[in-house]
Formats: sequence, structure tokens, C-alpha cells
Amino acid sequence: MARAVTSSVKITNTIIAGLFGSLLFFPILWILILSFKTEEDAIRAPLEILFSSGWTLESFSTVQARSDYLKHFSNSVIISLGSTFLGLLVAVPAAWSMAFVPAKRTKNVLMWMLSTKMLPPVGVLVPIYLIFRDLGLLDSRLGLTVVLMLINLPIIIWMLYTYFREIPNEILEAARMDGASLRSEVLYVLTPMAVPGMASTVLLNIILAWNEAFWTLNLTAAQAAPLTAFIASYSSPEGLFYAKLSAASVMAIAPILIMGWFSQKQLVRGLTFGAVK
Amino acid sequence: MATKASRAAARMMISPAVLLLLGWMIVPLVLTVYFSFLRYNLITPSGNPFVGSENYYWFVTDPSFEEAMINTLLLVGGVLLITVIGGILLALLLDRPMFGQGIIRVMVIAPFFVMPTVSALVWKNMFMNPVNGIFGRIATGLGFEAIDFFGQIPLTSIIVIVSWQWLPFATLILFTALQSLDQEQIEAAEMDGANRLSRFWHIMLPHLSRAITVVILIQTIFLLSIFAEILVTTNGGPGTATTNLTYLIYVSSLLQFDVGMGSAGGVIAIILANIVAIFLMRMIGKNLDA
Repeated sequence: MARAVTSSVKITNTIIAGLFGSLLFFPILWILILSFKTEEDAIRAPLEILFSSGWTLESFSTVQARSDYLKHFSNSVIISLGSTFLGLLVAVPAAWSMAFVPAKRTKNVLMWMLSTKMLPPVGVLVPIYLIFRDLGLLDSRLGLTVVLMLINLPIIIWMLYTYFREIPNEILEAARMDGASLRSEVLYVLTPMAVPGMASTVLLNIILAWNEAFWTLNLTAAQAAPLTAFIASYSSPEGLFYAKLSAASVMAIAPILIMGWFSQKQLVRGLTFGAVK
Repeated sequence: MATKASRAAARMMISPAVLLLLGWMIVPLVLTVYFSFLRYNLITPSGNPFVGSENYYWFVTDPSFEEAMINTLLLVGGVLLITVIGGILLALLLDRPMFGQGIIRVMVIAPFFVMPTVSALVWKNMFMNPVNGIFGRIATGLGFEAIDFFGQIPLTSIIVIVSWQWLPFATLILFTALQSLDQEQIEAAEMDGANRLSRFWHIMLPHLSRAITVVILIQTIFLLSIFAEILVTTNGGPGTATTNLTYLIYVSSLLQFDVGMGSAGGVIAIILANIVAIFLMRMIGKNLDA
């Protein structure tokens, strides 16, 4: 943009935008503050909480001691990483072949894959629940990992496909002309160019799997419950223990918040299936 | 150029994904449709006789179905209204020159990354609780009576929570779309004497229309399936005041163990979602050709 902007206009914009930004961010900031308070302080008036109460790490250790927080945290880690890894294993070859060896039906296949994502989960809740019950997969990390892999598979394939398609075919042909074998073509030419796209696909998929709250709530109980389901157990009456709820929540959202900030751009691409770039 | 061999290899590379998705889609779908024609309750074994459209009849004529449909519409419509209008305004705001735009954008986007159960419980307890919640404190501090959010305006409260989660999504997408707008076009309009409003109306809004449609369609698909927020705040109540279609199906299948009835509801939900999906798929398909 070539236009010069006076700094007073810029300052005004900053103040207005900052105000709205802080407003939206406030709930997250607030639980961060409450998580470092004692239970008695956490239910005082907001201004008292801010200015006349001490800070403590007590809530974090209580949450862990009372409910084995780390177990649920590791469930979340295992399930989201596991489903992402399994998804990549299936999606990379599929996206690869569609991007580099497109057939007549490639577009239809892609659209059909996407359409599976439109299926409302509640429409298949009953059969999945019954199948899981019969296979003994209810409340198991394995079962949940597979389900999350399947529901996010269309997004992974779609994202990888759009990234792979941006790699110019000419480069591959040039490598082939120079006598590169298929193996070295894949290893030394394609992979380095595909890494950024794959990294952001992985990031987005971990975020989606970590926050998924339909299947995780319906298919798990005490053992395999990831953090989404664990936090749900605070719905009543533990929700009234503000400091503990805050501590548990902060630990549950912090990793994803950080990852999310790194993947804003990819988020748009992944969640709109390339319709907005 | 693709040879015959590479085509065969390509087909092999793609088949695991196709088979998995086919299994994931077809098996449960066929079972749902099949169950929906049976009298099938997990606590009263009856040999699961075929009963035709009986489940559909009872599901649709139950007063809670009508209420759930209305609630679903209000929830989806309310959230869409707030997030699309708010998203356009926020995107326009963020697009203006300012200091520290990166930090402000990060703050705006953050709520999208908060898991649904956390955001619902935080809003319910820390903000909407009539005694200790911040809103209640402010109201009583100013001399008003505190609102019992989930008692008096339960559906509105859930709309607020869900809007908070989805406003960042709408903002981010509209902001991305806005950035691809040709600045020279705006400047040219400015020179021709177009004021701010008409610049927005005649240049920016048409440019955004595609992104707005995408936001509406994608959000609708996700919003039709809102579940966790209702489960942890109201359990669909008081009465059925916050029961949407998804929650109603959950209640009949997993709480009342009525597999037949839940499946009939599931089929209805699938049909509804498909109506929206058709439009979305068309838009995405067009983009794929381009």
C-alpha cells in the first residue's frame, strides 16, 4: 500500500482493535489468572482478585492429585498424535497420487472424500456405539484414535493435495531428465518441497483431534477419556471450584493455543478446503 | 507423462484411503437406516421386529422434535448472525493500518483453539453464574438484579458461548479474503469520490461475498452438530429449552437406549446436513476447476 497514514489514525485504530481483541481474549486471560489463586480468592469480586490476593500453584497440584490429570493429558497426546500419524500414513500416498498422476475421476474422488466430512456424527452415533461395544473398543484409546483418524482423513487428504499440487511438475521432470531414480526423486526433490505443507497439515490435524468433543465424550468413560471428556466431568458441582477448573482448563488449552498461533494461515486453507486462500 | 505402470501404482496408493472412508461412511450409514426401521431397544429386548416407518412417525410427532428443530434453527441462525456480522466488522477493523496488528490478531483468534467443553464451562461458571460470575457481579454492583443465565435465557446463553468460539473463525477467513482485495481499486474509488460506506457496499462486500458464503456453509455444518456445549451446561434443559436435534438423538439413543428411534432421528439429521452440504460442495467444486 502506497498511501501514507498519519500516526494518529494508526494509534486510534490500534486502540479500537486492541479493545475488541482484549474483550475476546479476556475469558482466556481470566482463567489464567484464576488458576494461580486459592479457591477462596477465586470467588471474590474481580477487582479484589486482581489487586488484593496472593498467587499460588496449589490448584495445579490439587487437580493432578485428585483426578490423575496426567493420565488424561497423555490420553489426549496419544490420541491426537496417533490419529494424525495414522492419517498421514494413509493420506500422503493418496494425495500424492491424485496430485501427480491425476485421472479423469480424481476430482470426483476428492469431492466424494470431502462429502464424508459432511456426515453429521450423530447420524452414525448408534451403529458406531454398538460396533464399538461389541468389539470391546468403548473407552479405549485405540478405538478413539481410529475414529478421529477417520473423521479428519478428508481434511488431511484435501490439504496435502492442495499443497502437493503447488509443486511444479516441471521440477520433477527436470530431475527425471537428469537421471534421478524414482526413489531419489521422491527423497531429494519432492520431500523437501512438501515438508512445509505437511507440517502445517499435521499441526492443524493435531488441533482438530485435541479439541474434538463429540466422539471423545460419547465413546469414552474413565480410562481412555482425553482432556475434553475430563473437563466435562467438572460440569457439576466441581465447576464451582473456580481455581481448580481454571487450572485444569489452562493446562488443557495451553499446548493447542500455542500451536494454533503458529498455524493461523493454514487454518483458513484447511478448514475451507481451499475455497478461501 | 503418466505411464500405464504409474497409473496402476497411483491406484494402489489411493486405495487404502478410499476403502477406509468407504467403510466409515457406508457401514454405519446402512446400519443407521436399517435400525431406523426396527423396534430396537437395548433395555427391553423384543427380538427387534421390523416396524416400517413407526420410529419416524413417533420421532417426528413427539413435541420435543418440533422444539428441537426450532432450537436448532435458532442456535444456528443466531450464531451465524452474530459471527458473520461481527466477523465482517472485525475483519475490516483488523485490515486497517495499526501498531501491533500481529498481537491483536492472535488475541482475536485465540478462542477458536479453546476446546468446547472448556469454553462452555468457563462461561457458565466464571461469567454467567448469577452469584460469583463476573456478569452477576457487575449487575449487582450497578444495583441491578443478576440474571440467572441458564435459568432465564438458556438458549441465548448457549448462542453467546458458541458465537465466542466461532467469531474468530469467521473473522480470520474474512480477513484473509479482505487482504486479497486490490488496494488500487479502493484508491481509485476514493479518488472518484466514493465515501467509506459506498466503498464498503460496492467494492468490499461484493469481494467478500464468496468468503461470506463459505463461512456460512461451513459453520452451518458444524453448528448443526453442536453437542458438547449443551451437554456440559444445561443437559438440554430446563425441560427441552436447549435441546437441539443432535442432543435429542443423543438422548433417545444413548440415554433411553432406543436404538430404533435414535436411528430414525439420525437419518433425519443426515438429510438436513446434506441439504447444506450440497451447496458447499458446489462452491468448492467450482474452485477446484479454476
